[in-house]
Order: sequence, then C-alpha cells, then structure tokens
Amino acid sequence: MSPRPGFVLEVDTSTPPTLFWHGERFALERLPTGSRVIYGPEPVAALADPVAAIRHALTHPLGDIDPLPALLTAGMRLTIAFDDVSLPLPPMRRPDLRQLVIEQVLEFAADAGVDDVVLIAALALHRRMTEPELRHALGDRVYDAFAPHDLLWQHDAEDPENLVHLGLTDHGEDVEINKRAAESDLLVYVNINLVAMDGGHKSVATGLASYRSLRHHHNARTMQHSRSFMDQHHSELHTSNWRMGRLIAASGVKVFQIETTLNTDTFPRQFRFLQRREWEWTVRDRVSFLGASNSLRGTPPGLARQILQGIRAPHRMTSVQAGEVEAVHAKTTEHVYAQQRVEVEGQSDILTMGLPYICPYNVNSIMNPILVACLGLGYFFNLYRGKPLVREGGVLILHHPTPNEFSPVHHPSYIDFFEQVLTETTDPVEIGMFEESFATDPWYIHLYRTGHAYHGVHPFYMWYWCAHALEHLGAVIVVGGDREAVRRLGFKRASTLADALEIAEDVVGPDPSLTHLHAPPVMMADVR
Amino acid sequence: MKKALVFERNLPRFAAARVAAMVAGSGRGTGIGPLRLTEIDPPALPGPAWHRIRPTLAGICGSDLATLDAKSSRYFEELVSFPFVPGHEIVGVVEEASGPDPLAPMTRVVVEPVLGCIPRAIAPPCPACAEGRTGGCERVAFGHLSPGLQIGYCADTGGGWSAAGLVAHRLQLHAVPDDFTDEDAVMVEPTACAVHAVLDAAVDPGAVVAVLGAGTLGLAAIAALRTLTTPATLIAGAKHAHQRRLAADLGADGVVTPEQLPRAVRRQSRSLINAGQLTGGADIVVDCVGSAESLSQALAMVRPRGRIVLVGMPGPVHVDLAPLWHREVALTGAYAYGTELVGGIARRTFDVAMDVVAAHRLGRLVSARYPLERYEEAVAHAGAAGRRGAVKVVFDLDARPPASPARRRLAPKGPPS
Repeated sequence: MSPRPGFVLEVDTSTPPTLFWHGERFALERLPTGSRVIYGPEPVAALADPVAAIRHALTHPLGDIDPLPALLTAGMRLTIAFDDVSLPLPPMRRPDLRQLVIEQVLEFAADAGVDDVVLIAALALHRRMTEPELRHALGDRVYDAFAPHDLLWQHDAEDPENLVHLGLTDHGEDVEINKRAAESDLLVYVNINLVAMDGGHKSVATGLASYRSLRHHHNARTMQHSRSFMDQHHSELHTSNWRMGRLIAASGVKVFQIETTLNTDTFPRQFRFLQRREWEWTVRDRVSFLGASNSLRGTPPGLARQILQGIRAPHRMTSVQAGEVEAVHAKTTEHVYAQQRVEVEGQSDILTMGLPYICPYNVNSIMNPILVACLGLGYFFNLYRGKPLVREGGVLILHHPTPNEFSPVHHPSYIDFFEQVLTETTDPVEIGMFEESFATDPWYIHLYRTGHAYHGVHPFYMWYWCAHALEHLGAVIVVGGDREAVRRLGFKRASTLADALEIAEDVVGPDPSLTHLHAPPVMMADVR
Repeated sequence: MKKALVFERNLPRFAAARVAAMVAGSGRGTGIGPLRLTEIDPPALPGPAWHRIRPTLAGICGSDLATLDAKSSRYFEELVSFPFVPGHEIVGVVEEASGPDPLAPMTRVVVEPVLGCIPRAIAPPCPACAEGRTGGCERVAFGHLSPGLQIGYCADTGGGWSAAGLVAHRLQLHAVPDDFTDEDAVMVEPTACAVHAVLDAAVDPGAVVAVLGAGTLGLAAIAALRTLTTPATLIAGAKHAHQRRLAADLGADGVVTPEQLPRAVRRQSRSLINAGQLTGGADIVVDCVGSAESLSQALAMVRPRGRIVLVGMPGPVHVDLAPLWHREVALTGAYAYGTELVGGIARRTFDVAMDVVAAHRLGRLVSARYPLERYEEAVAHAGAAGRRGAVKVVFDLDARPPASPARRRLAPKGPPS
C-alpha cells in the first residue's frame, strides 16, 4: 500500500485532542472547532538495497561529470567532506547514511590506488563533533582507519593556514573555504538532505567556509529576503550560496556531490504515536502515549533530555544522487518534496506549533531560549512555499517550556548574547552592530577551535534566522515558557493554549482562523 | 528630652541581633538588638567652633546595617564609644553656633561626619589631617572626644537618628545649595564616599571599569565615574531590576546581573579564561559590596596589575589571594573622604560630591522615609532595600509620629477641621 499523502484536517466536535510537542514533554490540546491541522505525508518507501543504490549513483552521475571511478587516479589528492552532527534529526540508527556512502567512495578510491585521502566534517561555524558522534556518523571502520592517522579533520573556519580565498562573486561576496578541500584534485561532498534547504552549492559554500565568507548570506537582510529559505526560487540565502558555488567551480575546485534523502520515519516504535494521526491511535498508541507522557512528566528535565537525546531515528534512505552539484540537487529536491509536501489552501490568523526537544544545534545538548526561537520562527515558520501559513500581522503560538538554561560547553556565546545583546534589542537588524565583536572574540574562537563550542557569532545567525518571521508576525506567544526567558526574547507568555488564544485575539481580532503544524515529522506546506 | 535611637553595648542583645539577622535577614533583628528608642538630652557643645544641628533627614547606611546586624568587624570596637546615636548621613539645620565664622542659625547643612584631629582639638594634627585627608585620621580614638570614627559612632556628639540633635565642628559642616532638596542633600555623604573611591582609583581615559553592586554606593560610584572620569567602558553588576535601570540611567554602558558581570567584563576586555580567571580583564574593579564573594569575583575579573577599590565595608572574609599575588593586583580600600585633586585643584570631597549629586539629581535614590518611631520597619526596609525595590531608606526627623492604635480608635469621626 502506498503511503498516504499529507492531509489537512478541519477540527470538529468529534476531533480528538491534538498532540503538541512541549520540549521534553507532550501536551494534548483541544483546538477550536474549524481549526486546521496539517499532517505531513506518511513515510515513503525506503530503498531496498541502499548500498547498491549508492554504487549505482556513483557510477551513473547526474550532470556533466564523469562517474566517480573515472575521477579517481593513483597519486591524486582526494578530500571527502560530510555533513556534521546537525543532520539528520534525530540522529539516525546505525548505519548512518554518511557511513554507507563514504564506505563506497573509499572502496572506489582504494580500487583506483588513491592514497592521499582526508575526511573533513563540514562544520562551518558549528561545534566540533565528539569521537562518539564521529564514530556514529562514519562507522567504526572508517573512523579507525582515518582518525588515528590525523586524516579525519573537522573544518576549522578560524585556521588561517587552512583557508583559501578564491575571490569575490559578482555581488562582491568573499568566497573563502577550506584549503585542503579547495586544493584537492577532487572534493566529494556527502550530504544528508533532511529539508529542502540542505545541500546543493550550500554544502561547500557554507559547510567549508569561513566567517568572512558566511557573513555575506548569514545576516538579517538575506533572511528577510528568503521567503522561504526552504524555497530555492525565493531564497536569497540560496541565491547567494549558488553564486559562491559557481565561483568555487570556476576557480577549478572539482566537486563531486552526493546527496541522500530520508523518509519521515522519525521515531522508534515506543514513540510511534508521534507520527500517527490522533483519531487513528490504536490502543497500543494510547498506552505508549500515556506511558511516555507520564514518565517524562515525572522525570527531572535533565534526565528527560538525556532520554530523548538518546533516540535514534529509524529514518531510511529514499534516494541517493551523485554527480554535478546543481543537477544532483534538482533531483534531490524533488525527492524531499515528494516526502514532505502538503497542499494548504490559504493562510490563517494564528499558527500554532509544538516544539520538540531537538533542533539542528542542540544535538546532545540543551535547547536554550535562542534555539527555541530559531526552531519556531526560523525553521518551522519557514517550512512553506508560496506564502507563510499565517497571514502578515498574524500570531505564532509556540508550545515549549523555553527554560532559561544554556550549555556553557556548546553555547558559551549564546549566554552572553542572551544577557548582553537581547537586553539591548531584539531587532535582527539592530543586533548586527554587536556581531563583529562576538565573531572576532578570541575566547569564543579558542573554544570553537579547541573545545566543542559553536562559534561566537552563531547566536546571531540563529536570531537572523528568525528575521523573516519577526518582520511578518504581529506577535509571538509561548505557551508554558519560562517567564523571564520569553520576555527577553521579546515574546509574550501564556500559561495555557486557551490563554494564548485570548491574547492572540487582541492582535488578530475575534474568531480568528487557526492552523496547527503537526510537526515533527517535518513537512513542507505548499500554501496557495 | 527628645526621642532618639541609641545603640548600647549589650552583649546578649548583640548576639540576639546577630542570630536574628542570620536567620531572618539583614535588619530583622533590630527589635531584639542593642538599638532602642529612648529620650535623651541634646549633646553638649564640646568646645568653640562647634554647632548644634537638628537633623531633618538621616540615612541608613550599609555600615549601620552591619552594626545593627552585629556583623561589623571587631576591628572597630576600639574606634567607637558607647552608647552612641547612629546616623552619619545627615542633612539638618543649624540651631546653635559658636566660635569664629559661625554659620547662621537655620542654615541648611550636610554633615561631614569624620571626627579627625581638628574636631578633636589635637594639635599638631596627624599627617593625614594635615594634608586634608581627614578620612585617614590616625587619632580617631584620642583627643577631648570619646573614641569614634565619625559622628554616629561617638558617645559625645550624638548622631543623625535623633530628634535631640547632634553637635558638629564648623569644619564638618557644608551649607546646602538652595536648589537641593533634602533628599539630594542626604545623598551627599554616601556620594562623597563614592567620589573619594573613584578619584583614588585613578581611572585612565580608555579604561574598562567594572562596578560591583548597585545599592546606594554602587549607584553613586557610577554617577561619580561618569562625572569625574572618562572610562572607555563602564560596566555594572546589579542584582535587581530597578538597580539595573538606575545604573543604566546614571551612565553605565552595560548593566548585567552580578553573576553575568565577569562574562560581560571578559567580552569587553576580549580576554580568555584560565583557571576561572580572566587573562585580561577590567583595569579597575570598584567593589561596592565588600563580601568574600564580591572580592573573589573582583579578583577573577581584574586584569593583571589592575586595581580593585574596596568601597563597600568588609568584615572578616575568607578570600583566596593567590591571583592577587600572582597577577600583581592592587587592592586598595577607599574610606570616607577629605580633600581631592580634581583637574589639578584641591577641593573638599563633599564639594565635589555636591556637583555629582546636582548633575545626576541623586535625591531620587531616596526611596522611603520613616519617623524614628517606626525604626524597626525602617531598618528592615533598608536591610531588604534591593529586594523591595528601594535604594536609600532614611529617617525623617520632621515626620509626625504615627498615632497610637488607641488614639486612632478614639479619634472623633467627622469632616477635617
């Protein structure tokens, strides 16, 4: 039986309560009659033999490029870059797609007698991965073959010795990327394309770039002109990365792009109720919900976080494409949309969403208030093509505890951003005046290079991510959020969804229309 | 005989106040401590050039609270004389004057309370007094007066918390400008302490200065730093929201919670962190708290060879001084006032303080006024000033005492006459 497509439910009196994520917990909320609930498509079928599919993709590339074996010759320098810990979400069960792909690339390289091979985690300005995270992504075999010989690198955007400036785009954007990658005879980039924004020229132009380069598109202006940044044809973020990617290619950097897509089989069996439609919950789903919900409610937040961060998703590969960057990405995007696209008719006054415990930047870490904002206003708000799910001047209601808690190891500059920048202004354009002092702060740079800290400028990027939503929305309300933290973000707080709806009516008027985004699993709304 | 609050040497009450303050919080042991409301005669004029002052407002200072909470260092035991009337932040009017150059009766004055060599009729004066550094007087337990660092700690002079008045030497009196409110005037003494500390800190233009604490002293220090020095960055650590608002309004470039202050200083000085210590840090840290925690924090965020100025009155504290030694940090105390060199000109600290008070209208820091009769409430309010949204709590010696419950019950109903 083929998977059912996405679905928009209109709530009536017989509709059971709707499941909302609430950080490390869940809530069942009764939505007003007439509300719409958007459910993503069911997980599409996975490839029966991923390894065979990978080998086929590598030997039958898309676009104007030779098959991988033909590009590999003895004595060449080969660099294999791969997406970091921010993908996929949640981390997938072993074997990770990166492992499957890289093992095949290495087999072809070995067959061709290529000895000079370096693996690079494409961190951009993200935190360095830990050994367990690298082992998880690459598999023990690959890790043990490369790491002990210092051939497994993590991109260091602050290492002047290993960066090369390739020039300026016709828009005056600096293109500065990893030197080893740029000067290799072949750069193979291995992607996991969880959402439509991932991959394409963004892989190299962002993942292997320096701050000098990233600042050209990671800023408030670009984000305000990316509507949405999940929609390639209306995304300034995409356009800027494409300009840079083409300059990289024109500079002689030969990129062999490999992109993979996943189905939305996001949660293991005990959490399967999270991806089922509530009226279809079986007795087993209800028992699972009650069990999970009650035990998480009775668990201290730190332990609950640990339990949920331990989830390994049963995602499976639905496609793999390889070859020339743009040709590959066009095909990949089709697969992403095929899995995630839902057609939605028109906007509503209010958009609600329950935010989970994880986003790309807090894997094995704490979801701090800035990341809560970024997940809601950055990622989920932008899961649209056409127009946002909520009208201009409408209200976004987030369901999340938003604890005023930060990881000093992973997010040190976030703490200072929260205390010293957001206390001054929450305007994404105005905060730009503080950006350089954070970006060039020697302590943050030290922690980024030697510890496991996100780069000093990263909290600014999270706030820029919210820029389009902040410009579009009339108000943001957080149900159950920490009072101080929510206020600092510039949002309103409500104790219950009912209170939030009352507050929202002050902004959008009486009897508002409401849409609920039932995610995750992720989806992409085509709003007409 | 008039009402006054008198502090007596009474060890059992002293111990009770200490326990109460520890259990219930600062200022909560007043009712069982050595302070009592009584009636006293006005103090006698100790000699020529002395004036009798009737206080109008008298502040409750951090050092008063430490005394009432029985938390003061034993160091001060020989520097006070019992019984004494507390209160050294005083604005009042001259009631009686003597000696050469007397002030006219009813002149409004603030009292510079340090009892140095000249009020004590010690000649020749000690080197500090000879230089005009009266706060550094070495003879505060000698001369013709009983021991006492200041008016408010001396058995012979009276103090501000008294309707019976006090006596002060002509040199201790400063006429209040006409455009000053009494609230402005009562802020001159604490502001003078801040002025002395700030000028003693020798802030270079371009320096990064951190102020720890945003009670009366901290806020006055921020005002003084902004008026008298030109630091590149002035960062304040303030615990409570109203303190943060005031600190920013008085000119702090950045205001954060005390826990955040080292992070803010680190970011401003672009330091690294090693062993919990900033590798760079603030050029000057003005510690307006004086606790072990604040000193440790100051040591953690001052730069090597930087300076910590201790303005808040400390007691016995346990602090790891290894970083002070290793990083060659200067730790200096800043007590009271005297004469300052401002722009190459010697001026009395109180005169400079008046400029600061006028520039920032510091009278607005006076948050609550109490009659003497409600001294327990007043002291409790002062002890919890931060938490209760207050800064400076004062006694209002002109306020009418509250009607007794019996009198209120008997008051006839009807229209006011």
